[in-house]
Order: sequence, then C-alpha cells, then structure tokens
Amino acid sequence: MAAKGEPLINSERCKGCGLCIANCPKNILEMSKEFNSDGVTFPTLNDEETCTACTFCATMCPENAIQIRRF
Amino acid sequence: MSKMTYAFPQSLSETRTHYCAGCGHGIVHKLIAQVLDELNIREKTLLVAPVGCSVLAYKYLNVDGLEAAHGRAPAVATGLKRVQKDKIVLSYQGDGDLLAIGAGETIHAANRGEDITVIFLNNAIYGMTGGQMAPTTMEGQKTLTSPQGRDIADVGSAMRACELIDTLEAPYYIERCSVHDVKNVNRTKNAIKRAIKYQVEGRGYSFVEILSMCPTNWGLDPVKSAKWIEEDMVPYYPLKKFRDKGEEA
Ligand SMILES: Cc1ncc(C[n+]2csc(CCOP(=O)(O)OP(=O)(O)O)c2C)c(N)n1
Repeated sequence: MAAKGEPLINSERCKGCGLCIANCPKNILEMSKEFNSDGVTFPTLNDEETCTACTFCATMCPENAIQIRRF
Repeated sequence: MSKMTYAFPQSLSETRTHYCAGCGHGIVHKLIAQVLDELNIREKTLLVAPVGCSVLAYKYLNVDGLEAAHGRAPAVATGLKRVQKDKIVLSYQGDGDLLAIGAGETIHAANRGEDITVIFLNNAIYGMTGGQMAPTTMEGQKTLTSPQGRDIADVGSAMRACELIDTLEAPYYIERCSVHDVKNVNRTKNAIKRAIKYQVEGRGYSFVEILSMCPTNWGLDPVKSAKWIEEDMVPYYPLKKFRDKGEEA
C-alpha cells in the first residue's frame, strides 16, 4: 500500500511529549534514538508506506513541530 | 502533486514556547492561531494575556494586545473593546487567574455581556507557581498545598466555571471542551471558532472552557495526563455546549 502522505517533523521544535505517537492510528511513529539540541528525543516515522495523512499527530502536537504533506 | 494539509499557522509566531512537554497551552495557542487565519482577522485581534503559565502568550500569537494584572484580563478586555469596537478582543486565562483572584472580574464581565471572547484553560492547578491547589482542583486531588488531597469539608469543592456563568442572563455562548485527544482538539477548535465568529458579528460575550494537561504539576507523563483528563476530569467537568443563543435564534 502506498502512503497517502507524510509528517514533516521539525525535531528542533519537539519537546518529546509523545502525544503524537500515542494518537497515531497506524502506530507508525516511534521515539528517536538520537537527541535534538535540547537533549530531547523526538518522533520518527518507522514505516513510510502506511501514513494516511490523517493529521492526528500534528493535531495533538503542542509545539507545532509536525506539518503534514499529502501526496 | 503534493499539498500541505496541516501547515504552520500564520498567526502563530515561530518562537519556541517555554511550556513544558505535553502542556495543553501550546495546543490551544495553535488552535487560536488557526482560527484567526481562517477568519482572516489576525490584524484586528487584540489578545489580553493573563498571569500564569500563559503570561507570555503575546509572544507566541502574532497579534497585538496587552498584559493584564493577575485575574484582571476580562476587565482589561472590557476597556479595550469599549474604546475599539472594531477590534476582536480575546481574554486568555488559566483557572487560578479566572476563578480565584479574578473571580469577580470574570463574573461581572460575563454578567454585563461584554462583547469579548474568554478562552479559559482549566488544568485544575496553579501551573506557573509550581502546582498549588486551584479553585478547580478536584476532591481528593493532591497538590503542593493539598498534600493529602483536596478536602472539600475544609476548602469547598471544585468550582465549575461554565455552570456558574450559565446562571447569568447576558452571555451569548458558553461551551466546555478538552484537548486530551484528537476528536476533542477538533471540537475545541470549532468552539473557539464559533465564539470568535460571534464576536465578529457583534453578538456579545462568549466563554470557552478547555480542559488541559499539566503533566509537570500533576506528576504524570503527557500521555497519562491526557488519560487523567478523560477518566478523572471529564466526569466532573462535563464536556458540552451550555448555551448558544446563535442556535436558539
Ligand atoms: C497579584 C498576584 N498574586 C499572586 C501571584 C502569583 N501567581 C502567579 S501565577 C499564579 C496562578 C496561575 O495559575 P493559573 O491561572 O491556573 O494558570 P496556569 O499557570 O496553570 O496556566 C499565581 C497565584 C501574582 N503573580 N500576582
């Protein structure tokens, strides 16, 4: 199945709250192993085929660190 | 062709916020910015920022405005709106600000039916000062100043702002929402939009209460905080539209 879109994650804005990961209906976000310059882990996409561009992750993000692009 | 379906709102500043991870203030700021963009009223909007964690709200929303003394935001908003009737005036407040030190201003601005929009973020605690008991702290809830849990025999029970304001004649629109999950964030955005639209139409006072996470002072991680709202706050603070004179008309 081809992805319908993708989240564009600005790791520098992220504070690592994890609300995006908890609210992703496809369970395709996970915390990074790396840190941003604040020393915070951030979400990364672990499956590029499955995103439906539903915008749930972006909707929950308090830092506006996620934008959604629909293909 | 690809298209941005969730973009950064123009009415929101790129400045990073000082809020803790998972704090609901950031979500609500973003919703306000989206609504100002959609209604195309950024340039005529005035934001009255409160004292509390959102004391710097004017730094994050790209609008003009004023900083009010603790609890006085609806009084300041009253003054702004009365002298600049063509402006859209938002009073943004936390629960300590709105229901403790500012309870008088809150009730009287509502009772006068001032043509302003009050956006009330209820996190059931004093955030900025480090987690003391607020008027909205629920029975049994532990805070710095209620270490055994709120004792209602001693300090009374938690106050419900929407229900209080709903006893007054003048308010035009009153709704309680929450930002603990996607469905409720979307509902909150609709409520903010409706409230602000009513002000654009000059209909009078509107009040939107928003239940919101305070992970740091609740001592819970952000995801558990969202669950706590759903399981512990919503039963006490029912999410509903209390009044909508626009719908009745
Ligand atoms: C006149 C006055 N009294 C007390 C304070 C201390 N004070 C600062 S913020 C605050 C409470 C804020 O809580 P709330 O309104 O719930 O907002 P939050 O920080 O939770 O968003 C208090 C009591 C103050 N700044 N000014």
